[in-house]
Amino acid sequence: MEYIIIIISAIFVNNIVFAQFLGICPFLGVSGKLSTSVGMGGAVIFVMTLATIVTYLIYQFILVPFGLGFLQTISYILVIAALVQMVEIILKKVSPALYQALGIFLPLITTNCAVLGVAILVIQKDFNLVQSVVYAVATSVGFTLALAIFAGIREHLELMGVPKGMRGVPIALVVAGLLSLAFMGFAGLV
Amino acid sequence: MNRLEYFSRGLLRNNPVFVLLLGMCPTLGVTTSAINGMGMGLATTFVLVMSNVVISLVKNVIPDKVRIPAFIVIIASFVTVVDLVMAGFAPALHEQLGIFIPLIVVNCIVLGRAEAFASKNTVFSSILDGLGMGLGFAFALTLLGSIREILGSGAFFGMKFIQGDAILLFVLAPGAFIALGYLIALINKLRKV
Repeated sequence: MEYIIIIISAIFVNNIVFAQFLGICPFLGVSGKLSTSVGMGGAVIFVMTLATIVTYLIYQFILVPFGLGFLQTISYILVIAALVQMVEIILKKVSPALYQALGIFLPLITTNCAVLGVAILVIQKDFNLVQSVVYAVATSVGFTLALAIFAGIREHLELMGVPKGMRGVPIALVVAGLLSLAFMGFAGLV
Repeated sequence: MNRLEYFSRGLLRNNPVFVLLLGMCPTLGVTTSAINGMGMGLATTFVLVMSNVVISLVKNVIPDKVRIPAFIVIIASFVTVVDLVMAGFAPALHEQLGIFIPLIVVNCIVLGRAEAFASKNTVFSSILDGLGMGLGFAFALTLLGSIREILGSGAFFGMKFIQGDAILLFVLAPGAFIALGYLIALINKLRKV
């Protein structure tokens, strides 16, 4: 039951894009087409889950015992950057098909603040390892959901008669605002 | 190019938020009030200037292949400095900005200026560039924060001038997207004239 609450809360109530404002750059950048946004979402689910597990273990077994909590930011960003590189290299050898699908998105993920954000959030929320993993998976699914919905709308938006000044990013932001309003309807669910 | 232009272009013509559309996460996330926006903007400015200085100093020492990780470590060090200083001297603001302070590390503006400018230019030019970009970012965040605070809670820098409720939507999440969308549209319109 506890895990179900974490999942629903991370996907709908506190959606990472619409409620917590993390991962906006890829959200605005890669959401032009539905297929690319799903690919990006897949890559984020993969990396975010892995990064959360690794950073959690590093925090609990290296930083805390040695009293190095203040090195959190530096060590996390390095671990995430190294991890993304490693995933890219391994994926290229082990599963070329998956690499083809996710490959171009992987380098972008290092600077995706959602990955670092979730790694820091699970520490702040005092989750244990299982809860952290569940939270990371659910959050990245929420990210993918937001990206996919938004891409679907943007594909239609291309054909609409939007006023000149509003074209491109401004109308995208307003649409994101309305979507965020819709997601607020989930508030109070858990 | 004129030295002064390194400074001035970040403020308006190449404003990181309104024109380059970088650093969207903190822009939307912390601008519930003008003071939060300004605090975040100044914290980012500090990181930007300091990392620009260090990177332009060591640019000839760092091997080309590992420059990005090296830049990230330098940036992360200054972010940690800001994080600890703010927690010590401005705990209320630190609480408000929360997770967005450590996330300055992944702010595209900081790494972007390190890679595009500081790694190729002198220390003095890099300081000017960092200051210009940072203050441009701070200006954008303060402007958006003011708009959201005035519309959303009927106050300006904490001074309330409307009693009772204002348009609550603007301090909530959707208001951030909508306010920034219209602001960018307005600036696009003005730039064309």
